[in-house]
Amino acid sequence: MKKTENLGILNINTILYKTRLSPKFINRNVYKPTDPKMIMSYLPGTILDILVKEEQHVRKGEHLVILDAMKMQNIMKCDIDGIIMKIHVKKGDKVSKGTVLMEFK
Amino acid sequence: MVVNKKIRELQEKRKQILLGGGEQAIEKQKAMGKRTARERIMALLDKDSFIEYDLFVEHDARDFDMDKKSLPSDGVIIGSGTIYGAPVGIYAQDFTVAGGSLGQMHSRKITKIMDHALKMRMPLIGINDSGGARIQEGVNSLAGYGEIFFRNTISSGIIPQISVILGPCAGGAVYSPALTDFVFVVDKISKMFITGPEVIKTVLGEEISMEDLGGARVHSEITGNAHFFAASEDECFEQIKRLVTFIPWNNSRKAKSFEPGEPDRKYDPEKIVPDDPTLPYDVRDVIRSVADNSDFFEIMELYAKNIVIGFGRMGGRTTGFVANQPLEMAGVLDVDSSDKAARFIRYCDAFNIPIITLVDLPGYLPGVDQEHAGVIRHGAKVLYAYSEATVPKITLILRKAYGGGYIAMSSRHLRADFVFAWPGAEIAVMGPEGAANIIFRKEIMSSDDPEETRKEKIGEYKAKFANPYVAAARGYVDAVIEPRETRRFLLHGILASENKVVKVLDKKHGLPPF
Repeated sequence: MKKTENLGILNINTILYKTRLSPKFINRNVYKPTDPKMIMSYLPGTILDILVKEEQHVRKGEHLVILDAMKMQNIMKCDIDGIIMKIHVKKGDKVSKGTVLMEFK
Repeated sequence: MVVNKKIRELQEKRKQILLGGGEQAIEKQKAMGKRTARERIMALLDKDSFIEYDLFVEHDARDFDMDKKSLPSDGVIIGSGTIYGAPVGIYAQDFTVAGGSLGQMHSRKITKIMDHALKMRMPLIGINDSGGARIQEGVNSLAGYGEIFFRNTISSGIIPQISVILGPCAGGAVYSPALTDFVFVVDKISKMFITGPEVIKTVLGEEISMEDLGGARVHSEITGNAHFFAASEDECFEQIKRLVTFIPWNNSRKAKSFEPGEPDRKYDPEKIVPDDPTLPYDVRDVIRSVADNSDFFEIMELYAKNIVIGFGRMGGRTTGFVANQPLEMAGVLDVDSSDKAARFIRYCDAFNIPIITLVDLPGYLPGVDQEHAGVIRHGAKVLYAYSEATVPKITLILRKAYGGGYIAMSSRHLRADFVFAWPGAEIAVMGPEGAANIIFRKEIMSSDDPEETRKEKIGEYKAKFANPYVAAARGYVDAVIEPRETRRFLLHGILASENKVVKVLDKKHGLPPF
């Protein structure tokens, strides 16, 4: 019977239901906790300037990157005290939302 | 004779304007598989019923050499006519004239027919096919959109508003359809988005086609912006006409009644639903087993399929059906299905359409994505919509009704007028497995054979609580009925509540969680 093709199993409160699974459910984003040591772009845009170097000690509140996005020059600040391990982008790079810009040690 | 000359002059003027953007532009329109604006109106309305207004309107823009340009009817056709005898106001943007772009006079024509439809309390149909704002007319064009959005909003809930997307509808223009009751799209013809592929590419570097960004399928399956999907313009017009038969002309009327017919016997309610609550079936077959002539007109068929909404008739009267769909995602409530159901319930309530709710759900969909997408806020819309609705509400519990899902799905506690349940209904605070694990935790943990004890306790709980009789003993369920008695009881509910009156507390408006 056509209607019962492609059935999967869905677990709701420990009960297993035989049912079709929607593409939205199958392709849902798996949750990952945010890592304060990874600096990610929060908007899509262009890297206008990078204000720090690798191995540099930085303090909370220091400016890291100027991101040209949504017709604004957005200054990305440091959330933690630490040492910059790696910078993944250079001036002029276009980045999408969630791109890792730099990593802390 | 002088009069004849004047008449000929009028005929000549009309002929000129009726050509719209001219033969070349019309050919181009047809090459895209699209009809012209006028053809669309004629295809949709009853034969010879269309009366056009404002044929001779012209723009008065001055800048950018616009004063040297003539745009017939300023790129939009307005008027009124009938669909199966029901009056409707209608406008259709003419893509062959300056790309259907919206300038000041163009928008004034649209708002004129909107005002007319509101005043005359008749449904309004808008056919969108436009490149967007007429840039040469600057802020006047923006003003035009704003005037349209305002009217969409104040007309909402008074007259039915239907949007038909038969071409591009981009940028601010999308907000008129989004404010209306029903949006119709056609495969490969409709395109809706706030920012188009080019801007997205420049700003984000993401490449996507118009079709994949905002085509008919996307809005029918993913965004939920569209309510009806058609393969062709002709099919789309048939859908609109059918919808019009189910809805009233305005909020002070009821939908037209039809001669009722019995459901098709091939839909046997006793055979559709499996006993095992974990097994799927198509709940639309249950709707067809009770609706007049087994006729069910589904809305948003491709979006959030775990809940089914649509119109049918009971005893000749239009009825809105809301049903959990165990065939898809076990029929759970989630963000999308809550939005879909809540909006439909509010539609039915605004336009005096009784609601029959068929319940069979395991609860809410667990997951970080759901919680973070705001399933609390979205799920609350269903509670709000059912509680707020004063139209007749009849609930039938087919099988599972667990926990919050039981409350949300038009329970007695949200003021359902009638609650019926089949003998296989399981009305309980949660599924037997989960409940037994909590209640008998100590016994299970301290048992020599925990698995065996767990099974035993689940069985015990099932026997005691996974049935309709506990709820019936409290009067939360009015009657436990045999599946074959369903139509009789539902018809009783519809007929008995024909003159239902509910006094609503005086307020400016509530604050639904949207």
